[in-house]
Amino acid sequence: MSKKVVIIGNGIAGITTAIELRKLTDFEISVVSDESDFFFSRTALMYVFMGHMKFEHTQPYENSFWEKNKISLVNGRANEVLPEKNTVSLENGDKLDYEYLVIATGSKPNKYNWPGQNLEGVSALYHKQDLEYLEKYSSKIKKAVVVGGGLIGVELAEMLHSRGIQVTFLVRENSFWSMVLSENEGRMLEKHILEHGINLKLNAELKEINGKEAVESVITSTGETIECQFVGLTVGVSPNVGFLQNSSLKINKGILVNEYLQTNVPNIFAIGDCAEIQQPQYGRRPIEAVWYTGKIMGQTLAKTLNGQNTAYHPGHWFNSAKFFDIEYQTYGLAPSNLSDNQDEFYWEKENKAVRIVFNKENQVFEGINTFGIRMRQDFFEKVLDRKESLSFVIKNLEKANFDPEFFKKFEKEIKQEFSMQITQI
Amino acid sequence: MKLEINKSIGLSLGFGGMIILVATLFNALGGSVLLYLSLCMILTGIVVYSFGEYSGELSGIKNNEVWFKSVSSKGIVAWILGFVLTAFYVVIYWFPQYLGLHKEGNTGLVAFFDPLSFALNGHGASQWFVYGTLYTVAILGFGVKFILKYKHNTYQIVRTCSVMFFQLAFAFLLPEFLAKLNPELDYFAKDLKNMWPLNYYFFEDWHLKAMLGGGNLGMFMLFFGIGMIFLVSPILTYFFGKRWYCSWVCGCGGLAETAGDSFRQLSDKSVKAWKIERWLIHSVLLFVFITTVAVIYSFLINEKATLNPKLFLVGVIMFLGIFSLYVFKIGYKKLAKDARKGIYWASGIISAFLIINMAIGNSNVFFIDSYTLRSWYGFFIGAAFSGVVGVGFYPILGSRVWCRFGCPMAAVLGFQQKLLSRFRITTNGSQCISCGNCSTYCEMGIDVRSYAQKGEDIVRSSCVGCGVCSAVCPRGVLKLENGRVKI
Repeated sequence: MSKKVVIIGNGIAGITTAIELRKLTDFEISVVSDESDFFFSRTALMYVFMGHMKFEHTQPYENSFWEKNKISLVNGRANEVLPEKNTVSLENGDKLDYEYLVIATGSKPNKYNWPGQNLEGVSALYHKQDLEYLEKYSSKIKKAVVVGGGLIGVELAEMLHSRGIQVTFLVRENSFWSMVLSENEGRMLEKHILEHGINLKLNAELKEINGKEAVESVITSTGETIECQFVGLTVGVSPNVGFLQNSSLKINKGILVNEYLQTNVPNIFAIGDCAEIQQPQYGRRPIEAVWYTGKIMGQTLAKTLNGQNTAYHPGHWFNSAKFFDIEYQTYGLAPSNLSDNQDEFYWEKENKAVRIVFNKENQVFEGINTFGIRMRQDFFEKVLDRKESLSFVIKNLEKANFDPEFFKKFEKEIKQEFSMQITQI
Repeated sequence: MKLEINKSIGLSLGFGGMIILVATLFNALGGSVLLYLSLCMILTGIVVYSFGEYSGELSGIKNNEVWFKSVSSKGIVAWILGFVLTAFYVVIYWFPQYLGLHKEGNTGLVAFFDPLSFALNGHGASQWFVYGTLYTVAILGFGVKFILKYKHNTYQIVRTCSVMFFQLAFAFLLPEFLAKLNPELDYFAKDLKNMWPLNYYFFEDWHLKAMLGGGNLGMFMLFFGIGMIFLVSPILTYFFGKRWYCSWVCGCGGLAETAGDSFRQLSDKSVKAWKIERWLIHSVLLFVFITTVAVIYSFLINEKATLNPKLFLVGVIMFLGIFSLYVFKIGYKKLAKDARKGIYWASGIISAFLIINMAIGNSNVFFIDSYTLRSWYGFFIGAAFSGVVGVGFYPILGSRVWCRFGCPMAAVLGFQQKLLSRFRITTNGSQCISCGNCSTYCEMGIDVRSYAQKGEDIVRSSCVGCGVCSAVCPRGVLKLENGRVKI
């Protein structure tokens, strides 16, 4: 039976749903977006600005793909969902009927009502339009301030820096990305960021943005005035759910969904950054704005919509990022602040570091952060599944290595360091 | 600021050397000192420029502004460069007299290279000697640039050193020395790494005769050449993939990886280009196969060789039969339906031709004179495709146009890679963020991302294993591996 499915949002979550659903069914699939005509990889926007790629390279599928696969792309912006009528209305006045509605509207960048935040030259980095704005505006920028020491912040700093712009990077915390990284990890990255010529300021928050029409300077929480022509606001994102405020959908921070990604209205589902899982699996957060969870949610939901009720199981936490030239991967949970029954092993050398968190009582491996050394996800999936011990991981570290051939190996040093630290304990 | 000065000095040196070469075209300059000076200027120019570009930078991916620079994004500079390169190839292949090649005595650029040629091989220079020298200078100079650019990536450094070594020693110096040591011999190819079918004239009558009459060296080259084709290359490809040749040893690949590195992102990634690629490269392979069979057959007849010509044809038919049977019984899972069909049809038609000709005793096995066939191949493929389009169009179509669309050697190794090899590019679980750096910088136009985002291994016959996809990946997703690692 063909059913009408409307998906709001053509990001990774919405598009994965559409593609997977097309593989499984002959449903009538529409994807609504006004951000871009075709699906693109948001994660690659920085590379377009730096000249590594053209925008078209960020599109994983050829433009003809959608028509060929009968996925109709609707250019528009949803402004209201009417669950009782099974209708979505768009800003341009059009209305779309659905039997299933999938909300995958992603995030919006946070703004904390700073004075001057609406001046010319103040922008976040999230949408394609943000990139276009930055591109258009970049010729006027000699100095820029980036606010917020997370992953997007460091990317934006790198982008601006690549155009020869002097960047001041304001980080509220005492060490870089301290929500996630331990202090020694943060210090290593701080050193690297400084080496690249970024003016990194820790313990510094944005107080206000000054300028007549366009930004001319910012004042920080320490009272310092920094002259600049651009302010990048990268202080996290929140679910993009404003347009649902008047609907009967239950919303906390994000749209509340059960393990089947279903909202309180049975034929409406929410996935990706905008969804808030009511009872997340152990070790996972209710809202996770990362690429692969959007993908897994899309794959999961497509099965459910096809009649095979499938619960969302993201598996063990993992993630990756890049801080200028330092690659970062994490598998399992290696929190910045350890609990009482946790301990950690740390090794660092020349922009490379490994931190392994384990359970003090039974020595079971809980998570790893690795910098500058690529490691295999498969290996750590097995380790976590089997609840292997810290010493098992150290012993088999070579098997985890995923660096290209001929790269210098550090396992021996790590093992030596490990045996030294063990004898000290 | 100091770096900018380095770059200017580099550019001045390089272009200065080029200007000297251009001046010799008009017989305005000459002399051995000037020759060595100009070559040194070009080489050091490239090296000094590269130091200016990369030595002050922290190690990491250096692709900033690639799509903003005219030369690397099909801008006006790229078109001019493409035009100049293409013109150079057209002159080299078909109008060498403009470079100064004359029977009665060389002049101009060719004569300018005489001192080096005499020093190396004991003869005067030819346009090919000029070409070979400049080719080697380009690989060495831009090789250094590549190493500096990828100084954080040991795989790239080792691979580039290999490519530079094989060009300098095996393609350039050794053949010239061997020619000098054996001045009495007729010409035959002495580049040990340049095997059939890339060296398409290996089995042509004049070449076979030259090798057969070439004493120990000739016989060695004959047996080594055949051994390379049937033994060494399949074994190495089985263990390491075709990269052991295409991006570690081969001269065409060497130039593409070094001088062509600035253009690798220009390769067309569309499905359409991929379809053209599959048809075109295998058609060239078919063409060279037919030509070679015809050439060997007429050689055997004309020379009244001990090997019965008909026995040779039976051997060819058996080879095709076994190959088709292998594909049908074992390899079918790894090949698409149209590829399998292509193999069966091609094998069938060739065999039919050979059987008919054996029956009627025709000496032109494909009803066309073998000489005509090979002159067509030499013109369209050997010169126009591999040279003019292959390198001349670097700045427009990317650096591996010949390797991807035309090279029959790449096609043979591609079959081996796809059907037999342990080599693959593995993806790291679900870490891919679909950014597209891998696909963008794949010189062979493989849409690497389409595999990586699904978590699939990449086993593609066209992959030359340059490793740049893995190098530019910001999330550590791709790794070149010789077989799956057990964990």
